[in-house]
Amino acid sequence: MSSMIKISIVAALFATVATAGTLDDVKKAGVLKCGVSTGLPGFAEADKKGNWKGLDVDYCKAMAAVVLGDSTKVKYVPLNAKERFTALQSGEIDVLARNTTWTNTRDTTLGLNFAGVNYYDGQGFMVPKKLGVKSAKELDGATLCIQAGTTTEMNLADYFKTNGMKYKAITFDTNEQVDKAFFSGRCDILTTDQSGLYAARTKASDPSNYVILPEIISKEPLGPVVRQGDDQWFNIAKWTLNALITAEEKGVTSKNVDEMAKSSKDPEIQRLLGAEGTMGKNVGVDADAYKKAIKQVGNYGEIFERNVGVNTPLKIKRGLNQIWSKGGMLYSPPFR
Amino acid sequence: MRFLRDEKIRSILYQLLTIVLFSLFVLYIAQNTAHNIESRGIKSGFDFLNHSSGFDITESPISYASTDSHWRVFLVGLLNTLIVSFYGIILATILGIFIGVARLSKNWIVKTLATSYIELFRNIPILLQILFWYNVVLAAMPSVRNSYSFFDSFFINQRGLFFPKAIFLENAWIIGLGIIGAIVLGWFVKKSAKKRLDEHGKETPVFTINLALFILIPLALYYISGRPINFEMPEFHGFNFKGGSTFTPEFLALLLALSVYTSSYIAEAIRSGIEAVNKGQKEAATSLGLSPMQSLKLVVLPQAIRVSIPPIINQYLNLIKNSSLAAAIGFPELVTVFAGTSLNVTGQALEIIAITMLTYLIISLIVSFILNVINKKLQIKER
Repeated sequence: MSSMIKISIVAALFATVATAGTLDDVKKAGVLKCGVSTGLPGFAEADKKGNWKGLDVDYCKAMAAVVLGDSTKVKYVPLNAKERFTALQSGEIDVLARNTTWTNTRDTTLGLNFAGVNYYDGQGFMVPKKLGVKSAKELDGATLCIQAGTTTEMNLADYFKTNGMKYKAITFDTNEQVDKAFFSGRCDILTTDQSGLYAARTKASDPSNYVILPEIISKEPLGPVVRQGDDQWFNIAKWTLNALITAEEKGVTSKNVDEMAKSSKDPEIQRLLGAEGTMGKNVGVDADAYKKAIKQVGNYGEIFERNVGVNTPLKIKRGLNQIWSKGGMLYSPPFR
Repeated sequence: MRFLRDEKIRSILYQLLTIVLFSLFVLYIAQNTAHNIESRGIKSGFDFLNHSSGFDITESPISYASTDSHWRVFLVGLLNTLIVSFYGIILATILGIFIGVARLSKNWIVKTLATSYIELFRNIPILLQILFWYNVVLAAMPSVRNSYSFFDSFFINQRGLFFPKAIFLENAWIIGLGIIGAIVLGWFVKKSAKKRLDEHGKETPVFTINLALFILIPLALYYISGRPINFEMPEFHGFNFKGGSTFTPEFLALLLALSVYTSSYIAEAIRSGIEAVNKGQKEAATSLGLSPMQSLKLVVLPQAIRVSIPPIINQYLNLIKNSSLAAAIGFPELVTVFAGTSLNVTGQALEIIAITMLTYLIISLIVSFILNVINKKLQIKER
């Protein structure tokens, strides 16, 4: 609450800061301020040593590599769902990578721009196995734990209304509180984006006691967000994400990127890695900016597998988050 | 320039200058903000209050559905804030007076317990106490399937406290009339008891008589009028208890934390009030043959209250404001639902935060106005 007010006041008083030229500001500061989740395993979480890890965190790193040439030059600002947009509007952060759903209202009325989708998600339900629930249609009368200030709340209202069911929703400020309340038995059901359910399940004392129901009740395209009115910065945010996706599509990885830059015959790879053309210069960064990002952070596939893939505790399959040519939804416009 | 030497004129000039500068400052901020909001393409204005909210609220004293407007969300949040503050103030006052008197007890154990209570709860931040009670309430309770049950009509579990709900039938007004009658009758009893004391010097057990009246009259009417109140029992069904009334753990934890925390301050106010009463007053009361209890009730407390009321008013205002910390445990009061969910759904932070702050300001001003009137009435009137 107090930080909300603080941010609002900062927004009111210093609203003149950073209307344009975010790139110059970031270069001058030498650090990228990236808004992330307060703690969502696989997406953004600080480990015991205080190092941030996750899919969203890796996007921040890639962007820092593109802009500053060094993926470590990121200042992570943990934000809850309520604070995130105000923090971005007021210039407290340069980019928001916090499992944020791209919706019409958010895109058009908040003075913000969504730079693409880095994870295709949908809202689901998790229940304790012992309840014996097999489908979301059996949830009439249930108590659900949800996070305040998310699209989750509104999807839930719609879904239960459409299916003529009643429910009670207990809303909390942060993910941690939601998970804690669910595992302590305050509610029957945990509902959030499916990725969040997989993440929450890793926190259970015995994850196998919980099942995720098959129904997905909404579209949740999650993506990075920047301020409206700074097209150069918007372009950098968009094409950083596209570079990671194109790299996977073209088989460029953190391991072979140097070799690819030297010896690849594919002109698009040459352009992506800055060996040819002006892809970097077009948005005001180094020619080999995307190469640095891929080398330091990896392509989209590497990022996915490292943070949330089947070999991590989250065990999420690629599904929609696969390259389009392999049956997924990830599709980058060409580097041309 | 001679008029500048006049102290009065000079002081007025300074004040005018301050007001002008301050207004300019406020105007500048307002304009700057408005300009920036517009240039960033952020939506502003208060139209959103009429748009349907699209989300549900668990606890609402008035009817509410996701198709209702954000204005309705505001009302629900406001009412929940007022309800929890109202109960909190009553509980905190009772607890506070009790502990404050106990703090001055001659009994070492009572005194030490009261002192520890005050020092413990006064010195831990209220937010931590809210989280503590919430987690303790949750952890200590059985799951919904193994509820503690009392007489098969009261149930306690992780989902809250479930109890029978009274449903008033046609003739229930007779009982309401009985309660009013008992209060009126009680007033006459008190008056005649005072007369009896003045004229004959005899004491009447007013409290016992009135308590009996208050219980017996409505109870008798309940049976005479053919039991016009039904009780709807909570019953376990599917996922949850259905029927009956509920106090949720969020409400209970918040209420408990607010009243315990505030009561420790009220206790200190009461203690300082009692200590401010001249020692001679107590000695005089004792020498008149009043028992310690009578001396406390008739001589000390009425004077102590006068000293204690101003600081207690402050505590009431603090309690109302502290109720906004409920956002941490998800009790749907003003800050949680309106400055929380509505804010996020609409994204209009400036408007919503401004409305919320203004609302707290108005509540606080009204409460302090009422209590200040009471305070003035209670003060000693110098004749």
